[in-house]
Amino acid sequence: MNLEPAPHTFIAESRELLRDMETALLTLEQSPPDPEAINAVFRAMHTIKGSSGVFGFDAIVEFTHAMESVTEEIRAGRLAVDEVLVALLLACGDHVASLIDCLDADDRLARLEAARPAGADLLQQLACYGEPGGAGQAPATDPAQPPAADGVASESWHVSARFAPDVLRHGMDPLSFLRYLSSIGQVETVVAVWDAMPGAASMDPEACYIGFELQLSGGLGRQEIEAAFEFVRDDSSIVILAPHAALPEYAALLHERAEPELGAALVQCHALTPDELAQALALSKAGGRGTPASAATRDGAPAAPQVAGPDAARARGPAEARSVRVHAGKLDDLITLVGELVIASAGVSLGAQRTQDGELREATASMNRLVEEVRDAALSLRMVPIRETFTRFNRVVHDLGRDLGKEVELLISGAETELDKSLVEKLSDPLMHLVRNALDHGIESPDKRLLRGKPARGRVQLHAYHETGSIVIEVADDGGGLDRDRILERALERGLLQAGQPLSERDVYQLIMEPGFSTAQEVTSVSGRGIGMDVVRRNIDGLRGTIAIDSVPGEGTSVALRVPLTLAIIEGFLVGVGPSTYVIPLKMVVECLELSAEDRARVRESGYVNLRGEVLPLLRLRELFDVSGEPGRRENVVVVNYGGQRAGFVVDALLGEFQTVIKPLGRLFDRLNGVSGSTILGSGEVALILDVPGLVHRMLQADAPRQPRDGRAQAGPEHNGVERSV
Amino acid sequence: MAIITTHDSGAPVRITVEGSMTIYEAAEHKAELLAVLGDATVLELDLGEVDEADTAGLQLLLLARREAARAGKTLRVVRLGPALAEVLDRWGLRGDFTDAPPH
Repeated sequence: MNLEPAPHTFIAESRELLRDMETALLTLEQSPPDPEAINAVFRAMHTIKGSSGVFGFDAIVEFTHAMESVTEEIRAGRLAVDEVLVALLLACGDHVASLIDCLDADDRLARLEAARPAGADLLQQLACYGEPGGAGQAPATDPAQPPAADGVASESWHVSARFAPDVLRHGMDPLSFLRYLSSIGQVETVVAVWDAMPGAASMDPEACYIGFELQLSGGLGRQEIEAAFEFVRDDSSIVILAPHAALPEYAALLHERAEPELGAALVQCHALTPDELAQALALSKAGGRGTPASAATRDGAPAAPQVAGPDAARARGPAEARSVRVHAGKLDDLITLVGELVIASAGVSLGAQRTQDGELREATASMNRLVEEVRDAALSLRMVPIRETFTRFNRVVHDLGRDLGKEVELLISGAETELDKSLVEKLSDPLMHLVRNALDHGIESPDKRLLRGKPARGRVQLHAYHETGSIVIEVADDGGGLDRDRILERALERGLLQAGQPLSERDVYQLIMEPGFSTAQEVTSVSGRGIGMDVVRRNIDGLRGTIAIDSVPGEGTSVALRVPLTLAIIEGFLVGVGPSTYVIPLKMVVECLELSAEDRARVRESGYVNLRGEVLPLLRLRELFDVSGEPGRRENVVVVNYGGQRAGFVVDALLGEFQTVIKPLGRLFDRLNGVSGSTILGSGEVALILDVPGLVHRMLQADAPRQPRDGRAQAGPEHNGVERSV
Repeated sequence: MAIITTHDSGAPVRITVEGSMTIYEAAEHKAELLAVLGDATVLELDLGEVDEADTAGLQLLLLARREAARAGKTLRVVRLGPALAEVLDRWGLRGDFTDAPPH
């Protein structure tokens, strides 16, 4: 039995709420009276508090309650927002995040208690702002509504709950709602409704068949009650009716539930008087179809409109209403399956080709097209907007700017640009380095900026866009730009360059990504130790991406990261050796040469070729992979470049560019040298993807003794063959 | 063993549940309760030693009571532990099992 899922949802949603809150707080700092932002902060704290109460995470309840009280003061206009308060609330948000982090572990309650004292200071500071007692007890959120003209007599809130059958298995006991509700208000009456329980034979002892009708008093607001059910609402049906709710609302409830015993239960728990019930029943029969809830069915029905009405919709935000949370593993499984489907359908069309059956061939052709569409659609499921990654930097820039004594604003554009979810995580570290660099090295101090005739406030810009199968992310600042001369000077000092070596602007800037390279005059707490840019490059290399740096002295620097949209697709160059086909990542291919007959004999001896005066070590794929048969009449060399090292692969045929889905090799082949993955060709055959970095590295080591001492090719054939650039 | 059944000739069958009555034991408890119910005409449930209970446990009690009533048998709760009493209170069902004196 798995008791984990409910806390997981809670953790994920709480983190989302905290991020929203952070964004809202930063907005508040810019434009203090923004009511939307204040509401967002309040909502986050309120929802986290309510749900933590349900799960019994007291430390979180205690803390979020204090924050909620302060936010409530702001919302009511009794407290003005200033920088100090925003900073305090940001710090409090961090503390809540650290409390939420505790929940990931198995011993979560013990960890929560251990983390609790860390918030004591913050709580005290909050207490200076907040009214003792605050929002939790005060009926401030939703003052009692005046009784409607046709309202019922009951002065209490009515909560009608039916749970999805698997809530118990998910570790969510309806009891916890009953307990929580009685902790925020007075539960006047509870009537358990369990008519749905089947006979003994088919009754599943782990399923939940019991729901309740409940009357709750104590000056509560709808939001507070709704918050209690935040995490069960999706698959259960919770209806909350206000005190003195209109009879038609009860009629809708009766109609929606369609339970014969419900009327009696409502009377039993004093929600309705027998007279009111009679009227409500008449209404529900007469106008049942007219009520908004009529479409909902009994079990597992979505929350009735009374709950999911404008209030709730606003509370949950527009994006969430349109999306479904799916476990990432399920998506991966789907993509693996679709990969299998592509292979299977390639097999089918090969078979169809052989049959000469026109109809069959046509059918398979259209099936293939659909399969490709399915593949693309499946890959797109993992695509997420980069927004979340970008907005996180609001806080980074805010805090860092303050630490460095610089005024910096962050401009974000193209946040809706989508990329593979797995890439998002891998990009956040490099982006962090770049943004920190921009703030620390790029943006000058306000005085210096004013001297240079720039506005005192610096600007860092994050921009994303798509470009032919890649996503480009630019981090630009309007700071001092890179110091070209200083970079050259340092490069000479470190022996990265020969004096007098001509270099283009871009090549010069690439130098700053060499390990340990730093031109910073002083080491600050933020950066300047010369670590960072090389890490960025390593990370981006790992994603098969590139980095381009542009800089104008005095005007700023822009770093553009270009990364393939997904790790699952590779731009490959197909080569043939005998009957086998191999894929070389296109990005690493420099050029292709043809080996003439007389070259071949000599090349076989020496193992390298003279390429325009340089030694190019060669690797014969035929020998490497032990391909049987004699080479064809022609052989070609594919020149690859990895990390500044060039090498040539000798192959039979050049088959051209090929975009393909990468299939990882099974665990059995984990330690296989020279191959990094596989892919399926249109013919259904398997092609291995060459591990170019590994092969180049191995070749250079193995060939080292055989290379001429002076590093220049003398005995090798001067190569003047046909050159084809790719 | 959580459920202990005592047969005395002529006397009601008494079932004593000890330990937990939660979702973890629910499947096992359901089978045993129904088996005993099949054999007896008068059943006494001693729940005085139940030290942990949840909604799954509560549902089993409701099921047992309903099945007994359907078969024209008698099911009495003779003792009620505090954990179970709290669960019954929360659900507003204490009155349904009040033939038991409090623990």
